[in-house]
Amino acid sequence: MVQKLHRLRETPSQTAGPYVHIGCTPNFTGISAYGGDLGVSMKTGPVKGEEILITGAVHDGTGMALKDAMVEIWQADASGCFAGQPGADPDFTGWGRSPGDMDTGAFRFDTVRPGRVAWPDGRMQAPHITVWIVARGINVGLHTRIYFADEEAANAEDPILSRLEHRDRVPTLLAQRAANGEFRFDIHLQGPHETIFFDI
Amino acid sequence: MTAAKNSNAPGRNGFVNRDRDWHPPALYPPYKTSVKRSPQASLLSFPTSISEETGPVFGHDTINPLDNDLIHNFSADQGAAIGPRIVVHGRVSDEFGRPVPHSLIEIWQANAGGRYRHKKESYLAALDPNFGGCGRVMTDEDGAYEFRTVMPGPYPWPNSMNDWRPAHIHLSLFGHSFAQRLITQMYFEGDPLIWKCPIVGGIPTREGVESLIAPLDMARTIPMDALAYRFDIVLRGRRQTMFENRVEGL
Ligand SMILES: [Fe+3]
Repeated sequence: MVQKLHRLRETPSQTAGPYVHIGCTPNFTGISAYGGDLGVSMKTGPVKGEEILITGAVHDGTGMALKDAMVEIWQADASGCFAGQPGADPDFTGWGRSPGDMDTGAFRFDTVRPGRVAWPDGRMQAPHITVWIVARGINVGLHTRIYFADEEAANAEDPILSRLEHRDRVPTLLAQRAANGEFRFDIHLQGPHETIFFDI
Repeated sequence: MTAAKNSNAPGRNGFVNRDRDWHPPALYPPYKTSVKRSPQASLLSFPTSISEETGPVFGHDTINPLDNDLIHNFSADQGAAIGPRIVVHGRVSDEFGRPVPHSLIEIWQANAGGRYRHKKESYLAALDPNFGGCGRVMTDEDGAYEFRTVMPGPYPWPNSMNDWRPAHIHLSLFGHSFAQRLITQMYFEGDPLIWKCPIVGGIPTREGVESLIAPLDMARTIPMDALAYRFDIVLRGRRQTMFENRVEGL
């Protein structure tokens, strides 16, 4: 026998199930509570930087869009500061939550283009948004990132993107500018376009 | 939340990685919906950076006084929900045993008959006009939390021909960092359905399952009012070495 390591074990994850919206966006399901759902708006006033709209959907292995998913994002403001840091834009929360459209499952984030933030070794990361996806059938919430296809120079030197071995999968992390000016970011849980998910 | 400090040593004060063998695997065929919703490529592993070490912060002013009382928080005139009244309480800490204070917990559950208030819900059990099924609470400075509700009922669900969910409460936790984000479910001591459930069954070890089962806590019951269950929760922990200053915000 040896001495015991007194580390606790993380509480095991369980699926969010089909009714995650009751708990996290009750007003969306018709239960009026709390004076409104959290994460609906990421802006509490006029924000600094380029305002952008990101839409997309979460697709299963058959290509069908999930209608019971919940997607959350967390990101820096236009100058690369996270909410709460000195100098952060006081009108930008950095956190958004989308229950998806009732009929199509499409999620939607009305946000700003994030500034660059440092990697732990001091190199700068390309502008990105951290994404977390939960739904019925997903046993542990999935993490991924949204990068921007039009940030070519920054993407080329990003510590994560530049390290990816399977180059053909890099586009699964890139939001593309659509004809209407929105950014489009589709998430594929499985299949030929399976998104790169992160073990962070 | 205060700013996470970046050290020059990658991963040195980042979060301890998640033990994937402790959580249910993405693909667990007895839970049929996981078959087409589980990524098949390996997850990409890298140390946490400031993007995951920070996270949204909610003030105590986010919460209204009745938010943690599911017995009364739905009905317009605060009529009481039907069912056995319970208190659920516990403490949120990280893997190193440090409390996780001032963090948001969101809760949802079926009513005492096992019925959710949702348009896609098809179980024939009755709705309770006084029960909405959602609540939320902030942990205090010691990471402790408490909410009141009614005991949720078990319910059947379409998976195999005759699968029933054990009584459970869903919980969503933020912690202080996006890396700590967690959704789980708590179960109740003594429920025989726990060991038959394909969602619980995905958890690889008996010990892991047991860590989701709340014991009856007679010391915290409210006499002539409510039974109590204790449910402690552990979120991912962040490394702190002797060789650097205390990480801000912890
Ligand atoms: Fe449930």
